Amino acid sequence: MTDIRYLAPRTLDEAVAAFAAAQGAARILAGGTDLLVQMRAGVVRPGLIVDIKKIGEMTEIVEPPEGGFRIGAAVAGATLAEHPRFGKVWPGVLEAINLIGSKQVQGRASPGGNLCNGSPAGDSVPAMVAAGAVVTIQGPGGRRTLPVEAVPAGPHRTSLAPGEILVSFTLPPRPAGSSDAYLRMIPRTEMDIAVVGLGASLTLQGGVVTAARIGLGAVAPTVLLVEEAGKALIGSRLDDAALEAAAAACRAACRPIDDKRGTIAYRTRVAGVLLKRTVAIAAARAQGGN
Amino acid sequence: MAKTHISTSINGEPVEFLADPGSSLLDALRNTLGLTGTKEGCGTGDCGACSVTVDGRLVCSCLVLAVEAEGAEIATIEGMAQGEALHPLQRKFLEMAALQCGICTPGVLISARALLEKNPNPTETEVRFGLAGNLCRCTGYDKIVRAVMEAAAEMRETV
Ligand SMILES: Cc1cc2nc3c(=O)[nH]c(=O)nc-3n(C[C@H](O)[C@H](O)[C@H](O)COP(=O)(O)OP(=O)(O)OC[C@H]3O[C@@H](n4cnc5c(N)ncnc54)[C@H](O)[C@@H]3O)c2cc1C
Ligand code: FES
Ligand code: FES
Repeated sequence: MTDIRYLAPRTLDEAVAAFAAAQGAARILAGGTDLLVQMRAGVVRPGLIVDIKKIGEMTEIVEPPEGGFRIGAAVAGATLAEHPRFGKVWPGVLEAINLIGSKQVQGRASPGGNLCNGSPAGDSVPAMVAAGAVVTIQGPGGRRTLPVEAVPAGPHRTSLAPGEILVSFTLPPRPAGSSDAYLRMIPRTEMDIAVVGLGASLTLQGGVVTAARIGLGAVAPTVLLVEEAGKALIGSRLDDAALEAAAAACRAACRPIDDKRGTIAYRTRVAGVLLKRTVAIAAARAQGGN
Repeated sequence: MAKTHISTSINGEPVEFLADPGSSLLDALRNTLGLTGTKEGCGTGDCGACSVTVDGRLVCSCLVLAVEAEGAEIATIEGMAQGEALHPLQRKFLEMAALQCGICTPGVLISARALLEKNPNPTETEVRFGLAGNLCRCTGYDKIVRAVMEAAAEMRETV
């Protein structure tokens, strides 16, 4: 590797300035569990590495006065797991993030890296989409926010403009009777890439679904928000007809690849199965069954 | 090419070294500092042979840049025994034949210690999940899991 520079700025302004000035030659470093693998393989050869982990806002977990959570883009999975309340409010988002790799990988891997790496199979992304997370982005032109599902633009591409850095994820306040869940289908039980991943977030009042969002991963060039699946659940008591309609919406949203780990037919079918299983877990949690 | 001067702490000792900004902590430990107890299996985060802790956090040193060691506290296998006195995990691994070729062993020991620090009384399933990031191509894992459970039991008695 030739002439790589490394910067670990303390402020976001410095990071954005350095990142933007280096034009395409710089890479942001969060946990490095994708970046270092790509550098080693020679796929990525950055001239400048901007480590964002010394910036407070990037590594903190905040509960703002208006409710909800704000998670710094570079917070490691292991750190989020240790938060006393996060996993109680957003068990699905936490389980999705904690599925990423081994304990060692968890010590470093961040939700920001998972999203910005742009893999259609990134485990935390469908759960964040289901949660209705909004990301804050800062670039040379200032700050802006985007719904998380608007960030992936294709395999390993994002809608971040040159010089922009993902700063944080904001998860909304939770009404009573809400919970979420994430499931993925993998050929093994650990250390594998999702063949299908599905996040579900629900609010139930008196047994009736009043809000529902479904995020679907690994079955299209980007992670998807399946609005039709959420709509099929809202107003229902999660009866078989509503679940089947939501499952059908998930199957209809699939545009998967065909590979040794799952054929198109298999991935499509599993998307419907995972919808039912994940919604059941989220509903049980929302109704206090955990 | 410009190297960066790094001041860090390894196994409680202050250490200074020069690092190539693109090189890994694993390379710095093994090649610059001669701490070859930490092993390289894959270099891509899959095998866990390179496990160390950075500021108390278990990580793959192949996926950490050497320059990130600046100001950090690193613990490697070389710091596990206190002089001649082996850590209970090390002793149980020897007594119970939890290693064959040994290349995975330093990484397994470091992650087992991290596991027991968080959970002194793990179930077998918890041990297996806790060590899922450490690959061993010799033992079939069973003896490793048993040795960790035995060491955990002994460590619970002695505190
Ligand atoms: C052994 C192993 C197992 C894995 N298993 C899984 C798995 O089960 N599921 C899964 O989804 N992933 C898995 N991964 C992939 C990886 O761990 C995740 O994608 C992780 O979330 C990446 O986060 P990071 O902080 O390490 O990212 P980094 O490697 O630091 O960054 C990833 C990419 O995003 C960019 N980036 C990072 N942060 C920002 C930011 N704030 N703003 C702009 N750009 C940014 C970087 O420049 C880089 O291109 C695995 C990796 C390994 C090595
Ligand atoms: S050498 Fe680091 S995980 Fe294999
Ligand atoms: S003892 Fe040989 S790899 Fe584990």
